[in-house]
Amino acid sequence: MLVHGVLAADPLIGFDLAALGRNFWALTVDGLTYGAVYALVAVGYTLVYGVLRLINFAHSEIFMLGMFGQYATLLALGFYPSGDAFDKGVLLTVVYLGIAMIGGMVVAGGAAVGLERVAYRPLRKRGAPSLVFLITAIGASFVIQEFVHFVLPALTGGELGGVNAEQPIRLVEPEVQFTLFGANVTNVTLIIVLSALILALATDMFINRTKFGRGIRAVAQDPVTATLMGVSRERIIMLTFLIGGILAGAAALLYTLRVPNGIIYSGGFILGIKAFSAAVLGGIGNLRGALLGGLLLGVMENYGQVLFGTEWRDVVAFVLLIVVLMFRPTGILGESLGRARA
Amino acid sequence: MSTTSTPAENGATNGATQRAGQGQAASPARPRPELPPAGQTPVSQRPHGGVGDRFRLWWDALARPAQWGVGVPFILLVALLPILNIPVLTTVGTNFGAVMAQFGMYALLAIGLNVVVGQAGLLDLGYVGFYAIGAYTLAIMTSPDSPWNVTQPEGWLSDDWAWLAILPVAVAITAMSGLVLGSPTLRLRGDYLAIVTLGFGEIVRLLADNLDEVTGGGQGLKSVAYPRLGVTEELPNGVFSAGNVGTTLSSGVWWFWLSLVFIIISLLLVGNLERSRVGRAWVAIREDEDAAEIMGVPTFKFKLWAFVIGASIGGVSGAIYAGQVQFVIPTNFNIINSVLFLCAVVLGGQGNKLGVILGAFIIVYLPNFFLGRTSLFGIPIDGNEIANYRYLFFGVALMVLMVFRPQGLIPVRQKLLTYGRELYVAARRALARVHDGAPPAAYATSAAASGPAGGGAGRTPATGTRPDGATDHDETTDGGTR
Repeated sequence: MLVHGVLAADPLIGFDLAALGRNFWALTVDGLTYGAVYALVAVGYTLVYGVLRLINFAHSEIFMLGMFGQYATLLALGFYPSGDAFDKGVLLTVVYLGIAMIGGMVVAGGAAVGLERVAYRPLRKRGAPSLVFLITAIGASFVIQEFVHFVLPALTGGELGGVNAEQPIRLVEPEVQFTLFGANVTNVTLIIVLSALILALATDMFINRTKFGRGIRAVAQDPVTATLMGVSRERIIMLTFLIGGILAGAAALLYTLRVPNGIIYSGGFILGIKAFSAAVLGGIGNLRGALLGGLLLGVMENYGQVLFGTEWRDVVAFVLLIVVLMFRPTGILGESLGRARA
Repeated sequence: MSTTSTPAENGATNGATQRAGQGQAASPARPRPELPPAGQTPVSQRPHGGVGDRFRLWWDALARPAQWGVGVPFILLVALLPILNIPVLTTVGTNFGAVMAQFGMYALLAIGLNVVVGQAGLLDLGYVGFYAIGAYTLAIMTSPDSPWNVTQPEGWLSDDWAWLAILPVAVAITAMSGLVLGSPTLRLRGDYLAIVTLGFGEIVRLLADNLDEVTGGGQGLKSVAYPRLGVTEELPNGVFSAGNVGTTLSSGVWWFWLSLVFIIISLLLVGNLERSRVGRAWVAIREDEDAAEIMGVPTFKFKLWAFVIGASIGGVSGAIYAGQVQFVIPTNFNIINSVLFLCAVVLGGQGNKLGVILGAFIIVYLPNFFLGRTSLFGIPIDGNEIANYRYLFFGVALMVLMVFRPQGLIPVRQKLLTYGRELYVAARRALARVHDGAPPAAYATSAAASGPAGGGAGRTPATGTRPDGATDHDETTDGGTR
């Protein structure tokens, strides 16, 4: 919460350029942490869209399940909600965070594959039109949210889920590590940005360098020819959902580091929309576009909230999306996963 | 859109049909918008076995006066539902009149959203934005908390008629907002449109939440105007006032009746549009936008029309809502409502006006039905718990429906297209009888083969191509019968 104290004084819509100038670098750094989360979630949208031409509306719920997954992992490791952060030392903290992230990845990845199996595969078998897919996705989104809202607390004896957000488990106390152009960089920021960077690089390598990645790109480009060349379309689709889910699970842990009170059944919705906006911003179906769009959206949102006031944060994101689409309907880097070089 | 058909245009039709067919064959894996399976067999081959079909046949066979003779008593029956208090139907936990009033509003919303989603095929996930704009326009102009209040004592407008006077303003502003949202975004492809409208719905809510000076922010606006009619000693504020509760004719019933009036008006309006050039253009756009564009349908213009008309109907519903509850807060216009409206449209059967009304009824009525109920047909249940789970049920229902009945509970029977085909078949039969001995069998597919001239009307505007290769000649509808 470095910059959130800066508010516009104007009662209707403020425009505080001076504040933006004063805090430019701090805002950029903080925006990058949000942007990193958006970027990782956006990859899930963009990959599925590239392969299936489907807006996986329920991906935000996959992310939300990832948050619960890492939380449950931390509980299982013996941590409990408390006001102060656990002080385990740098190395152990990183190990625990890694385990929690894997927990989130497993839950989110599993859920994504399960979703594909239960909801989308029957429709694909019937050759349903795209609107039907989208409505199914909306239905699935309802089901997952309400599962965490009502069913999960019943299953876990009130430990997880329910109407209220989970009490945060703090592993890392935000501490300023160094300053960059006058902006304080905390350990939380470092963890988020570095992990996201590593994951993004790994995903990019996976898509562009490996056999499976080539399969994904092939199916995105031309499903029929890819099938004729011996690529199993069904397996590729499953893999795509799995990667999207895994990255959403990782993003879930990073997000809870930045926003510890965000673990709630409805917590994925707005973030999901923004991540999708990020994917569209960069050019949907385009992996690097999603990463760029995510970072850009996170940073712009932070600038916007200081320019106009904190309450306009979400509006800035959506207006940005509409404006970009008006002038560049295929996003900044253009669509297409398949056209990325082989 | 051209009104005369030239040989060149006919050639373009056939070419487009062929190309569409080839595209389909080349990439079967990629999902393409298709017609629901029900429309795939020519109507004359389809056995008229279903209840819906039989009802439709029976209804279409009735003369106009007879249709009114059946329709008016039916509407009266629906209108009297909240008063009759039928034990199985009525709600236990809440006032049945209020539930019906909510149903009225949702039905209006479903009709409006159906124009956009069902008829023009544009996925609008931010429809709640129009609902909110309608409600907030009314609230801002009539609530004493707002700075732009025009009612007495500060303003010049009499309190008694303020609601009715502001209603057209609310509708106009909502229509305008539809224009403002539509004109930049309707050039986008379907998927983008969905997410942009979603963003729009959220922006409207956030504006309502953040523009404290005008909208009251999170506190909302209180004391919104309502029609002050039927003032008596017991009801100093009239029958529409929220204070009118506990009686048989509670305010909910009155609002339900009022919304019924608007439902009928909008049904007539939308129904007439559906049968007009505009409606045919919508069908063409929904089935294949590129083909429609090639055939000379100004797609952008008609998409914008659908958006504006849908928005204004949503605005009416919003105004009714603001008047009924007499106060508006941003949380009532969450995105989840948008999804719920879409649920109503899809559940009922997108494209079918009566179907979506049924969908709206289910969405509103079912949770309220269970509310407060402790037993159902003798089986003890926890109704409140079931009502809580409504989103879970709706989600499951949507998913199951999409697998087994994607066209909805009461699907649209491609009425316009079917009607044209039936007309054509009837004409061929009559001809065959005249010429005595000619084979009577003639299907729509043979109509496609013989080209638009076979349709007889000499117009090609809304000729859509379909994945199954048949060409729809709905231009026969304006061949002089209507």
